[in-house]
Amino acid sequence: MMFDVSENRSGLPHKPGVGYKPQHFSDILENPGSVGWLEIHAENYMGMGGRPLAQLRHLAERFPISVHGVGLSIGGEGPLDPEHLARLKNLVSWLKPTVFSEHLAWSTHDGSYFNDLLPLPYTNDTITRVADHIDQLQEVIGRQMMLENPSSYLSFDESTWSETDFLCEVAKRTGCGLLLDVNNVFVSATNLGYDPRDYIADYPLDKVGEIHLGGHDEDEDDHGKPLLIDSHGAEIVDPVWALLDHTLSLSGSRPLLIEWDNDVPDWPILSAEADRGADALHKVLS
Amino acid sequence: MSKTMKTLAVAASVAAAVTAATTHSASAAGKEKCYGVSLAGKNDCAAGPGTTCAGTSTVDYQGNAWTLVDAGTCADIELPALADGTARTGSLESLDRDLPA
Amino acid sequence: MSVDQTLFRQALLDAAAPVPTGLSDGDGNPAGARFSVYRNNVAVSLTEALETGFPVIAKLLGEQNFKAIAGLFLRQSPPDVPVMMFYGAKFPDFLSEFEPIKHIGYLGDVAEIELALRRSYHAEDAAPVAADALGQIAPEHLPNVVMKLAPSVEVIPSPWPIYDIWAFNTIEGHPKPQAQAQDVIVVRAEFDPEPHPLPPGGATFTTAIAKGATLGDAAERATETAEDFDLGAALGLLLSHGALTSITLEDTA
Repeated sequence: MMFDVSENRSGLPHKPGVGYKPQHFSDILENPGSVGWLEIHAENYMGMGGRPLAQLRHLAERFPISVHGVGLSIGGEGPLDPEHLARLKNLVSWLKPTVFSEHLAWSTHDGSYFNDLLPLPYTNDTITRVADHIDQLQEVIGRQMMLENPSSYLSFDESTWSETDFLCEVAKRTGCGLLLDVNNVFVSATNLGYDPRDYIADYPLDKVGEIHLGGHDEDEDDHGKPLLIDSHGAEIVDPVWALLDHTLSLSGSRPLLIEWDNDVPDWPILSAEADRGADALHKVLS
Repeated sequence: MSKTMKTLAVAASVAAAVTAATTHSASAAGKEKCYGVSLAGKNDCAAGPGTTCAGTSTVDYQGNAWTLVDAGTCADIELPALADGTARTGSLESLDRDLPA
Repeated sequence: MSVDQTLFRQALLDAAAPVPTGLSDGDGNPAGARFSVYRNNVAVSLTEALETGFPVIAKLLGEQNFKAIAGLFLRQSPPDVPVMMFYGAKFPDFLSEFEPIKHIGYLGDVAEIELALRRSYHAEDAAPVAADALGQIAPEHLPNVVMKLAPSVEVIPSPWPIYDIWAFNTIEGHPKPQAQAQDVIVVRAEFDPEPHPLPPGGATFTTAIAKGATLGDAAERATETAEDFDLGAALGLLLSHGALTSITLEDTA
């Protein structure tokens, strides 16, 4: 089955969304501000019941929901975990989210899960594997998925594809959409020493159904060169907002997600980040 | 226990339990029935770990040798001898461990 | 030079292992410390997951001890499912068997409470029976009643005062634990699981009910375990916390 992606609109409103955290439940309902949709991590809603599912059911009546998987290990050398595929299918079946996305990464090997998005070499073998896994997932959940570009801290000498060509090829083969994380582009470009605008210029923006933005930490490597870490634990920095403006000027408006996963702030701070995202979207609408 | 005795004992206990439970529920019914708010002080600790798709800049110091320090509250808990006669305090003092390389 | 995932994983979990060759920074230099980003992400995130899941164990051991022990555990037993809410099921056994802390006999059972609270939190929802439902049944039929427990109910038997140890580290002002055996039940009215100490025989009683024994048989078994078993107290605990989801009369013909 091929999934038609000639339509680049993902169905999410072209407004800011936020990564949902349970501590914000009441605030979001009472005072959503500019937030027009919510993203959840699939794996946090795989219990049998209780408050998490009750809250999600309630939120889904009021907001479009994007389900973002973090644990499928699409780039894994082994086969996809059939039990995990079944969990994803179950969640997508009852929740009927507006979109589903996952990462270009691996996280499970030989039955062990490492709770991190681990990097892949960009080779023909990897393309085949990733495309097969995406075909399988799209078949199981019966819908198109979007694949997200990673944050890179190193590169593989064996890579023969650029990341943008790699993603473009995977999208072409599987019909999947793409999720463009602008902070990841900034982090990877800084860490690997290229111009983030070149990356954006090469990215198949017509296939992008969602944009992510988040904060990062600054560190340095053995040689004193900057090493940025995609920590989602702070405010989004100005150069990343500028890269977003540049991207939107090329792509047009898109659903825009603010991610804040560590040291999660009180709602007004996260809401202010969403407002800033709304301003950025407004610039390309007017 | 004879069957009649058993019935009587059970019936009496059930009556007591039902009285206690209905009294308790009457006061519990006043509790906020909102799934958005966990009861005071519990703050969803019971949810356990969640996922993240982010990294961390915190460094993990995996040492090859370490010493357990007497720092936790288990040092405050002193449980006198149990059946086997050993005193059971929680002390961690002078426990060194070298990990095999 | 290809770096496969088996090689990557070995270096990932062992900070003393050399960084695989074939990984570089953007300028063609060996990746070096950049590889540590992944090492830190894995070890720190799993350590934090254990701290979140076992706050009382973390308090009992102290932060430094807990981190050292978690570092060993996560390398020996990384998650086997990518759903973090389930991580740590093997931690109680690890605590009970790990030589340097083996003499603190209660750690494993206290960790079982923390795991049970978490399972209960995510357990399937089920509507409880009305608190007076048993009162509707004729007294002579009561011993033949069969009851179903909510999926969120958990029982943790222990020879240690585990409820008091848990409460001493959780509830401000809770008195110091005294030497006594305490069985614990976790119940979840609405969405918040709570542990309670069970009266003597209460664990036997609740476990028998869970296995489908009649009320009369379960009470009799509990009395065999503990002469002073108080059926009223045990039932009251279940009824008042919404732990019973159905009450049916077994066919006595």
